[in-house]
Amino acid sequence: MFTHDRKRRLGVSITALAVGAALALTGCSAGGGGDAGSSDGASDANLAITFLPKNLGNPYFDTSNAGGEEAIKEFGGTYAEVGPAEASPTSQVTFIQTAAQQGVGGLVVSANDPEAICDALNEARDAGVKVVTFDSDTNPDCRDLFINQATAEGIAKSQVDLIAEQIGDAGQVAILSASANATNQNAWIELMKTDLADNHPNIELVETVYGDDDDQTSFDKTAALLQTYPDLKGIISPTTVGISAAARYLSTSEYKGKVALTGLGTPNQMREYVKDGTVTAFALWNPADLGYLAAYATKALIEGDITGKEGDTFDAGKLGEYEVGADSVVLLGDPYVFNADNIDDFDF
Amino acid sequence: MTATVAPPTAPVHPVSRAAGRILKARETGILIALIAVIVVATIRNPAFLFSSDGFRDLLLTPSLLLLVAVGQAVVIITRNVDLSVGSILGLTAYLTGRLFIDLQGIPPILVFVAGVALGAFLGLVNGALVAFAKVPALVITLGTLYIYRGINVAWAGGDRINASDLPADFRGLGTGQILGIPILTIIAAIVLVAAAWYLRNLRSGRELYAIGSDPAAAHLYGLRVTSRVLGAFLVSGALSGLAGVLYAARYGTVSSAAGTGWELQAIGAAVIGGVAISGGVGTVWGAAIGAYLLLTINRALPILGIEDFWQRAVVGVLIIGAIVLDRLLALRQSRKLLEAREDDR
Repeated sequence: MFTHDRKRRLGVSITALAVGAALALTGCSAGGGGDAGSSDGASDANLAITFLPKNLGNPYFDTSNAGGEEAIKEFGGTYAEVGPAEASPTSQVTFIQTAAQQGVGGLVVSANDPEAICDALNEARDAGVKVVTFDSDTNPDCRDLFINQATAEGIAKSQVDLIAEQIGDAGQVAILSASANATNQNAWIELMKTDLADNHPNIELVETVYGDDDDQTSFDKTAALLQTYPDLKGIISPTTVGISAAARYLSTSEYKGKVALTGLGTPNQMREYVKDGTVTAFALWNPADLGYLAAYATKALIEGDITGKEGDTFDAGKLGEYEVGADSVVLLGDPYVFNADNIDDFDF
Repeated sequence: MTATVAPPTAPVHPVSRAAGRILKARETGILIALIAVIVVATIRNPAFLFSSDGFRDLLLTPSLLLLVAVGQAVVIITRNVDLSVGSILGLTAYLTGRLFIDLQGIPPILVFVAGVALGAFLGLVNGALVAFAKVPALVITLGTLYIYRGINVAWAGGDRINASDLPADFRGLGTGQILGIPILTIIAAIVLVAAAWYLRNLRSGRELYAIGSDPAAAHLYGLRVTSRVLGAFLVSGALSGLAGVLYAARYGTVSSAAGTGWELQAIGAAVIGGVAISGGVGTVWGAAIGAYLLLTINRALPILGIEDFWQRAVVGVLIIGAIVLDRLLALRQSRKLLEAREDDR
């Protein structure tokens, strides 16, 4: 595939090496544990946990899996990461089967497809592997737990709170969405409208425009918004493409610093604009925390502290205590707010 | 072609003068439409023209499309079409970002050269397939549209180029101004003038019209049809490549979907500007005004309070209107020419 990013390629190959080594190690320890009954470990729980992201070389999952690795180190388990190069529906199946054969204790998966990997996951569960999904869920009957990064309510509320804080809780705002038929976007927008009407009577939502998750369209829509509403105080863009395009426009316009912008974005896209003062703060979940929580949840399942039924509680290290909700879902919490102080801690 | 060349000897017949005026009206009409849009939008909201952002965006927004539309017009004049321009633009825009990331400190001028060269090469592939394989350009470039986009997706994957990956002075090109005129607009204007001069004054430029009017006759006459068509595609590719580099400078973010749909906008701009899709007629001036009209309408409609969803429909009406007008003018002109011949007898 051509030259690619050399640095990243190198990174991937190093990761691949590390994963290979880790796999060999987990294979050995699992085999040893099974035969001899116990090694010198404190408990007999098999804390070999394998992370299976949608694909390798994806900065988002590099961050989340690093969080998982940190957690596993804390509780003395064995961390491994495997995954396909391409995020296609069936590409994860062989990795699930391999992990099950190696006898890992837990598998943390971000599903490329809610259906396609179900059979493989259930085979692994029959073999005694605890299956936790994170970031992207499968059907609920194919996994023990799902770690949900955020709820629609949490996302909507965090963005309304951010914009209200940045414009002094009064004035005109507009929403720059993705496409007009994006289900999740529309759900968030509805919740934001309700929240604005109920709790922020002085904020007027003047228009919702659609940038189609296209840089150029979002960019031009931002320009049109600013011209159409000279008194506009803020823009909310709950899509990573939209917020970066809007920031790009604002950063070189006369409205820079006068019109607030917030929404859902990734630190790499937004770093430039947070540093030059176009954007004060924006939200997204913290993938590192997501991986960290997933690792602790897997540990709790392996050690038998929880079974995944509603009301179970477990300890998640630095994140504190978590409770399992309906449908065996654990919610990470409110979206994480990125600003000039913390944006350099992230690379995804 | 026949229409634009007035008979040099005979005294100018009043009818042919009228016909000439009507012909001129092809570009004039569209220019009037553009001015009307600007005036109405400005009356509605003075910031459309008179704020510094408004004035800049008015000139800046269509500049990239102008480059692609000029290339497209050159190809359409030869009775071909280039559907792959959007994919070429996306690929060169991504290349631009990658060069800045992988070769830290690379001078921007080298990136421009690389982008234009890649675009020219991809255009050459199109041209070679069309000119040598004798397959309709519509089919060939539809194929390369997907191939080039596929290469882009395979290369970029889920990655994107972020603004922070690009040097600040390079990004400055995308929004910077000289004497109040955006740099991108100056670049586009230079390309436009050069292309217009070439098509009007140089022998090889006139041959493009001859080829588009009647390829078989042009071939029999001894024109180098193959190399001219090859050249037209090369120019279209190179201009799309240039637009790709500038796209990265202007938008800062480049994903594997950059430039999707630009081919239709470029064809739309050319057709609205009076470049006949059947070849042999039109100017790059028309295509340029078409590009400005297309994107300025897009920007003006929200200000006029027309909903998002209707904006595309308006563009569609505009394209069909331009073609109908084109057809009516052509019919009227041929009728007048016939009448003139009857009168002469």
